[in-house]
Amino acid sequence: MTRKLPAADVVIVGLGWTGSILAHELTGAGLNVVAIERGPWRDTATDFPPAYAQDELRYRIRHDLFLRPEQLTMTFRNNANQTALPIRSWGSFMPPNGVGGGGVHWNAETWRFLPSDFELRTHLVRRYGEKFLPEDMTIQDWGITYDDLEPHYDKFEYLCGTSGKAGNIKGQIQAGGNPFEGARSREYPTPPQKQPYGPTLFAQAAQEMGYKPFPQPSGNLSQAYTNPLGVTIGPCTYCGFCEWFGCGNYSKASPQTTILPALIRRPNFEARTQCEVSKINLDKSGKRATGVTYVDTSGNEWEQPADLVLLCAFQLFNVHLLLHSGIGKPYDPRAGEGVIGRNYSYQVTSSVDAFFDDKIFNPFIASGSIGMCIDEFNGDNFDHGPHGFVGGGYMGAVQTNGRPIQTARTPQATPRWGAEWKKAVAKSYLSSYEAVTHGGCYSYRDVYLDLDPTYTDRFGRKLMRLTFDFHENELKMSTYLTDRLAEVVQKMGPRQLEKHPRRGHYDVTVYQTTHTCGGAIMGVEPKTSALNRYLQSWDVPNLFVMGATAFPQNPGYNPTDTVGALAYWAADAIVNRYLKSPGPLVQI
Amino acid sequence: MVVKEIRLSASGIGKMAPGAHSTGEGIPGSSRSDPGMRRRELLISTALTLVFSATSARALVVKGSLPWAPSAGTPPTAVHPGPWVYFTPEEGAAIEALVDRLIPPDPQTPGGKDAGCAVFIDRQLAGSYGSAEGLYMHGPFADGTPEQGNQSPLTPAARYRQALAALDKYCRAAYAGKPFAQIPDDEKDKVLSGLEKGEVQLEGTSGRTFFEHLLQNTREGFFADPVYGGNRDMVGWKMIGFPGARYDYRDWVERHNERYPLPPVGIAGRPE
Repeated sequence: MTRKLPAADVVIVGLGWTGSILAHELTGAGLNVVAIERGPWRDTATDFPPAYAQDELRYRIRHDLFLRPEQLTMTFRNNANQTALPIRSWGSFMPPNGVGGGGVHWNAETWRFLPSDFELRTHLVRRYGEKFLPEDMTIQDWGITYDDLEPHYDKFEYLCGTSGKAGNIKGQIQAGGNPFEGARSREYPTPPQKQPYGPTLFAQAAQEMGYKPFPQPSGNLSQAYTNPLGVTIGPCTYCGFCEWFGCGNYSKASPQTTILPALIRRPNFEARTQCEVSKINLDKSGKRATGVTYVDTSGNEWEQPADLVLLCAFQLFNVHLLLHSGIGKPYDPRAGEGVIGRNYSYQVTSSVDAFFDDKIFNPFIASGSIGMCIDEFNGDNFDHGPHGFVGGGYMGAVQTNGRPIQTARTPQATPRWGAEWKKAVAKSYLSSYEAVTHGGCYSYRDVYLDLDPTYTDRFGRKLMRLTFDFHENELKMSTYLTDRLAEVVQKMGPRQLEKHPRRGHYDVTVYQTTHTCGGAIMGVEPKTSALNRYLQSWDVPNLFVMGATAFPQNPGYNPTDTVGALAYWAADAIVNRYLKSPGPLVQI
Repeated sequence: MVVKEIRLSASGIGKMAPGAHSTGEGIPGSSRSDPGMRRRELLISTALTLVFSATSARALVVKGSLPWAPSAGTPPTAVHPGPWVYFTPEEGAAIEALVDRLIPPDPQTPGGKDAGCAVFIDRQLAGSYGSAEGLYMHGPFADGTPEQGNQSPLTPAARYRQALAALDKYCRAAYAGKPFAQIPDDEKDKVLSGLEKGEVQLEGTSGRTFFEHLLQNTREGFFADPVYGGNRDMVGWKMIGFPGARYDYRDWVERHNERYPLPPVGIAGRPE
């Protein structure tokens, strides 16, 4: 039996970055907000204190902070001719769980997207013509511009205290920053992190080749910082246990270190943890959400009515809930119609391993987001005409960790075990270096999310099915980016260099990033998007959907800065437009 | 109604007493877990109720202040050498011999056996890792493509048991009744190499899959924090120059191309 609770003004599904931001903004506007979170409350002292946060086996190898696949997973296949099978253990991406969401265990690489990324189809067709794009590529414009989003990027970065060097302030190119970035209204809140040896050598080599290297923008802070909410973040100690881990040192920007201590004091905010939303409820018209149904740890089912429903779960689970709740038309790849599940996209990373005889890199002196990068080969920063592909990525020496189970590397010809392996590991650990490319992934007609016909979750609901493979455009891009990266690394003077461009089929067991995108994208018209430019559902106007779920395709950067900026953009639209006149914010 | 129990909280490896949990179902210590319940019954159940034994895993309403209680964390439980917890003595002898060929001793650094890799694997298999806790283990089970990942219905502990029995059978047939642990080192390496290349076939299981599984777990045992029973005296970390769970490198970030001078530390402190 479902028990009905007193109504709230707002119910938020998921208390990660976007849920925390919206809860803070909307409680600030005087609304009563209830956030419902599937996982446990998490905080530094209880979940990743410095006494045992630095545990590679527990957190990196055994996935301690992530969602348990038994609680919810999805099925996967490379193409529609295969039978999808369940992802039984995480590999390629790591769905978060618990308060703080992915903000607990992200690298904290805090990039803005390029202005052209937001008007991608228009931009590429204008420059190269319609025929340059693969016929089945379904990239589209976002319905907003970089300039629309800039104040909200700024707000998120000043919440986080992001450490970096601006490359463009109000149109003026700044030495030492990224000259390709869109114009910023002001400098980063804190200066860049210090750079270890590898990134420093990489930057020297890149500079000599005529590139413009700059420090990666980091949410692991170079110095102590008190944000506008009055919450103080400590300086990063470069301990090298960052991504996959919670920061034991309060120096990585997360909901815990930036918002929650302020939010929790507000009398009009309440969080319910270990409660999983099973459905968004609609009224008889199907045009209005009445709230959500959730299940607690005793198996009791509750209905939380609310005037406004904000879907703030991880990208994949937002789409899963929309499909289960019957909101929006499910995507049909044969007809190319429908919007829920459409335009799933991911990431295409690659690496170059270099082995030196005369250098000590101390790879363990690291943070999830230090490093020196170049952006010459991202987005449309270079002429794609001669190359026969679109898209790109940043590349650089990004020294995230020296954790040995994961990173002890040997030259390719070395046996994988035995005396020779042992000797090679001992020789290579301090003196080898891995540089990386972080390539985007565009969207395609045959890449999508829908419900699986066979496998179910613990509630008996169908699992979501992911159909995805790399396309030729992205594999060409990866080869090109890796070749450019290798040229820079070669200039660092290694004895031996190995290129690892992305090749073959997408493999769900091989970790790349947790940057899964799309499935309920924002856009200019309801035929090709689930959400309007304010992340408001076209079908159910009192429902807003946050996160990378809204990305029509994935540019060549990490998503969180844009996810945070979009949350502030949507919050602004809700407070200043929707509350004054509840209803569709874009008329069609 | 069938009651199904799963642990939703990130429980932490080592939180449970080793060996307390090896079936993959139910929660140790829970008065409502039914050790006799079989997976098949779970699979056909339609009405599911969630029950939790861990105090940290209850639904919670948080309002007004951060929910904080002293000592509410879950530090790992230290593994101590001693009798096998999961392996039989014969299995233990085989694993010791296997890890000592994957990582052989040399004058500078002990091999896998003396580094504690076999003890590490034993305790891992006896705990939540061995029982596939938290993984999606519901059917139907089908062989997929390599890109779809492991689809075995067996837990890691069961996979080891099956593969070690098959390896024992293979070695006794090929080496005049001798188990793996008793054949000469160069023959051991030939067997391992054959497993790696798929040239040595094991009965009822994939030798190549077992090799990959064993190699991964052996490396984990060599390089994981010593609190889990491997990397004894931090021999793996000392071999490569990894300082372990050190907290603060701010003074060292910009000291380029210099060897970091301090010895490693682990979660439980320094080796004595």
